[in-house]
Amino acid sequence: MGRYILRRLLQLIPVFIGTTFIIYSLVWAIPGNPFAGLCGPRGCPPAFIDQMTEQYNLDQPLPVQYVLYLGQLFQGNFGETFNGIEVGTLIQQAYPVTLKLATIALIFEAIIGIAAGILTALRGKGFVDNLVLAATLFLIAVPVFVSGFVIQVVFGVQLEWMEPSVGADPGIGQLIVPGLVLGSLSMAYIARLTRTAMFENKRADYIRTATAKGLTPRRVVSVHMLRNSLIPVITFIGTDFGALMGGAIVTEGVFNIHGIGGLVFSAIQGQEGITVTGVVTLLVLVYLLMNLLVDILYAALDPRIRYD
Amino acid sequence: MSATDDGTGGSPKPRLLEVQDLHVEFRTREATANVLNGVGYHVDEGETLAVLGESGSGKSVTAQTVMGILDTPPGFATAGTVRYRGEELLSAKEERRRELRGENMAMIFQDALSALNPVYTVGFQIAEQFRFRRGMSRKDATAKAAEMLDLVKIPNAKQRVKEFPHQFSGGMRQRAMIAMSLALDPDLLIADEPTTALDVTVQAQIMDLLDELRRERDMGLILITHDLGVVAEVADRIAVMYAGRVVEESDAESLYKRPAHPYTEGLMESIPRLDQKGEELASIKGLPPNLADIPPGCPFHPRCHRAEEECRETVPELHELRAGRHSACHFAEELISRD
Repeated sequence: MGRYILRRLLQLIPVFIGTTFIIYSLVWAIPGNPFAGLCGPRGCPPAFIDQMTEQYNLDQPLPVQYVLYLGQLFQGNFGETFNGIEVGTLIQQAYPVTLKLATIALIFEAIIGIAAGILTALRGKGFVDNLVLAATLFLIAVPVFVSGFVIQVVFGVQLEWMEPSVGADPGIGQLIVPGLVLGSLSMAYIARLTRTAMFENKRADYIRTATAKGLTPRRVVSVHMLRNSLIPVITFIGTDFGALMGGAIVTEGVFNIHGIGGLVFSAIQGQEGITVTGVVTLLVLVYLLMNLLVDILYAALDPRIRYD
Repeated sequence: MSATDDGTGGSPKPRLLEVQDLHVEFRTREATANVLNGVGYHVDEGETLAVLGESGSGKSVTAQTVMGILDTPPGFATAGTVRYRGEELLSAKEERRRELRGENMAMIFQDALSALNPVYTVGFQIAEQFRFRRGMSRKDATAKAAEMLDLVKIPNAKQRVKEFPHQFSGGMRQRAMIAMSLALDPDLLIADEPTTALDVTVQAQIMDLLDELRRERDMGLILITHDLGVVAEVADRIAVMYAGRVVEESDAESLYKRPAHPYTEGLMESIPRLDQKGEELASIKGLPPNLADIPPGCPFHPRCHRAEEECRETVPELHELRAGRHSACHFAEELISRD
């Protein structure tokens, strides 16, 4: 297992370099001059442009720029925006919010989704099954910006059960409703995924064997059926957490949460290349590590895919 | 249960397992398939009964009904009795049936790879029974599991308990499956095509092992197969099934010498034989009947070379021809008395 993890960590290096290079090239390849409009209608003074060009190595060929940037990055320096704000500081402000929101969404989708999936599979076809299928289809069909706005208006504005706008530095309590909205889509997928996996395994030969051994139904389900059924679900949850950690542009936008999604979005709009590259590089790293975690979990759950 | 059939009042000892007139239906939205239509057989301690028949003849469904592991729905036992040492099982509570499973009757399956849980070690799956049925500690149970693997002649058992099913070869997996089924020392073992998925040399080893364990433990063994060759050496009696009925039941020797049902004849002729090289291999023409629409009369008549008017109209009952020989054919007497 140790060698497996080490090998996977080594595999991260080329993936990391490849992805960051692509991001770097793409961001600086966006058409338009980053200084256009930066200094108001009269344009930036040549001295400023020269200084900026030198600071960001804009006169160098792209690969050189990239290597220089990467060197800074490894020293923990994410660079500065054109306004002179440290990108590292921006990330430090936004990331804890995203982390809280993602965790709330993840806990919600995992617990409710898996529970609903198991319940329907054990009850078999009938009312509960139809209810869950219809409810999850509804969640899948309604876009988050619709459900988000509806919940915001109904619970935030009309009933005043929650603050409609979250604002800076929110507590866990303020993020619960946005977290539920954010997690609802994946919750629906997890419920369906669990349900399907359980239904498949219910008829599996080894379940019949477990029953033939005279084990209690509880043990047959909780030990023999559940572990096999959860393998695909865990994979989904892991990759989904990776995605959630990349920020939620829509949910953050609706509830006015200053998370990482909003940061990237406004940076792209403002052609803040350094911010975009810095944040996205970090997100790539997080995503890769999440995937590694999923693979390790996967190997722990299913001995057939262990590397030795 | 009355005092006369519980085996305690000096009356004749009840059979280890006796199945009588068992009917099972598979109900789907489109149709109801009559999978079992009055199956009856019995097995005594220390005896090997081979249950023979094509796919879909109801061999496995009978076994699953006996074990109480029939998938319901779609399967429903609608009539008949299954008695274990005189105790009626079909009407017994599920909890009682669960107690019997593993402890008194056990079953092994055709494909050991899919019948073993891929995510737990072989040892865990054997030890599970000692832990949860006998209350042993994990450590003691694992030691017992290694003993069981040793019993079925798996080399290096102490190491192999820690391995997963996919790390075992096909034959070793079936051995592990046997070890698992025998963990709680059952009196009745049902082996559902235990060697079908294995290659020929391994088949013989597994059959020998089963036979040896049956003798040592004085178990009743029900051996389900579609392969007459496999059972020839180990079966005491043979029950041949067709379309959810037993059509012939006999001691093995007499059946091999002279089948009393055209279907059995057909099965025997379809075994390749070295002394008839070059001749075309006979097969039974046609297909087994659609169980949702079994033909009237003898269900085998559309495929039978001797079928006459009577066969199309009257269902032949399984009747005794000689001591221990039963056939469900109108012409059984002719079949066994010809030269």
